[in-house]
Amino acid sequence: MKRRNFIQKTAASTALLSMGGVGLSSFSNSKASKITILHTNDVHSHIEPFGPNEGNNANKGGVARRATLIENVRNENPNTLLLDAGDIFQGTPYFNFFGGEVEFKLMSMLKYDVATIGNHDFDNGIEGLYKQLPHANFDFVSANYDFSNTIMDTHVKPYKLFNKGGVKIGVFGLGIELLGLVNKEAFKETTYLDPIEIAQDMSRILKDDEKCDLVICISHLGYAYKNEPTKISDLKLAKATKNIDLIIGGHTHTFLDKPTVETNAEGKKVLVNQVGCYGLYVGKIDFYFDEHSKKASFDEGPLIV
Amino acid sequence: MKYKFIQIFGFLSLFFSCDNSKQLTKIETRNVSVTADLAPNEAVESYVEPYKTHVESAMNTVLSYAPKTHSKNDGRYNTALGNMMADAVMELSNPVFKSRTGENIDMVLLNQGGIRSILPKGDVTHKTAFSIMPFENSVVVTALKGSVVLELVSYLKDFGKAHPISGLKLVLNADHSFQSILMNGQKIEPSETYYVATNDYLYNGGDRMDFFKKSDTLYDLNYKIRNVLIDYFTKYDTLNPTSDQRYIKLKK
Repeated sequence: MKRRNFIQKTAASTALLSMGGVGLSSFSNSKASKITILHTNDVHSHIEPFGPNEGNNANKGGVARRATLIENVRNENPNTLLLDAGDIFQGTPYFNFFGGEVEFKLMSMLKYDVATIGNHDFDNGIEGLYKQLPHANFDFVSANYDFSNTIMDTHVKPYKLFNKGGVKIGVFGLGIELLGLVNKEAFKETTYLDPIEIAQDMSRILKDDEKCDLVICISHLGYAYKNEPTKISDLKLAKATKNIDLIIGGHTHTFLDKPTVETNAEGKKVLVNQVGCYGLYVGKIDFYFDEHSKKASFDEGPLIV
Repeated sequence: MKYKFIQIFGFLSLFFSCDNSKQLTKIETRNVSVTADLAPNEAVESYVEPYKTHVESAMNTVLSYAPKTHSKNDGRYNTALGNMMADAVMELSNPVFKSRTGENIDMVLLNQGGIRSILPKGDVTHKTAFSIMPFENSVVVTALKGSVVLELVSYLKDFGKAHPISGLKLVLNADHSFQSILMNGQKIEPSETYYVATNDYLYNGGDRMDFFKKSDTLYDLNYKIRNVLIDYFTKYDTLNPTSDQRYIKLKK
């Protein structure tokens, strides 16, 4: 399998090299571009920073500081996307008193581009989520929750496309199975669809039909489940699919120092990242693109630093 | 021949490069910590301010008073704090349940792990209720056969934690066998139906309370445990919970 991949790649790169020698020189205005992806997950209504006596989290987090961090990154690179992988709601009295209004308004102030839906976002029922939508100036994506028989119908798209500095980016969302995790009365007729099948459809649409340069999945499936080997997780999703460049995860509150590099179904690298919870961290991933195909990148995939 | 070959490839490569397909060459990754080194954004702070003031004043409203500090670890088989919680669920949920079904709750079972903080001596506020019960779980009532209630009872014996109970009276012998098991002063009849209140977390298999799966009827009261506490604190101006004889083990 590995050897076959190697041969295929070598053949492809050789072909491109011979082309490059003739054709690319005529195309002079190409330049490298950088796309920055910032992301959070499981912020759980943490608006204020943790106080000085709160153990490992002491003096960390806080939306006002996160705003500064994001602003600094955007000043450095306007081609930045800001994403959230769900469980925006629940965890502090802000949610209990205001039902998510403060969370959505702040995410709008921070100019989040798109978010997916976590199980706790149903904590005030699907109506409670719907009621807060007017406060969100950003979109929600979920490809495997079928909301068509619910109040959320038409308010959640499977994916969203962005064009940043000429780079086309497709972002789709995946949610965790709600049955057993959320009361049926809360999620009502929301139908959970198989995440792997849906991810295969999404990545095909985004890569082949929409011709995206970058395909990102924001997932609330959870990073990995050691004790439940059959349960779908981000690591499993990465291995079972193709054409996904980055999976941004949530749900398991997993703190990663750096993204995990997985190998997908066709032997290519996929990044899986998650930044714990409560807004203690922001994930930052810079993708560098070059219009000139380089041999190194075709043989070994992009260099991951 | 060779010229033609180059021509074809030249055309192809032009097509490829003008298609604007970009090559991903490098990825840099860093998960950045949000620390006090970052100056807070003023617009965000001033937006949050009125909400914060509201939350703080609401949270600090005094509801009751606790003359003593109580912890969930104060006793081996029952604790004052656990008893207070189970009794509060019994006292405040039963009228809701009765008005809907005409039946009475026979017993309450919560979990010790669900008590998330102490009840500190002093003023009792909304904040106290949020600390003890930060989660959104709500009261559910299940109809269990007496035989299943006996499984519940043996779970309590085997796992040996001071899970809060109300309505049930258990006495263990020194050898850890049961001397008596009473529900509202009566022996449990295996074929009889009993109404057991718990929270939705335990009903759904939390803390391995698998016996709840044997229930065929579920009544969700839509009454959050935290709201039970807030209502209980509002009802009583002083909280003096005690550990008692509801679940004990004899010395010999």
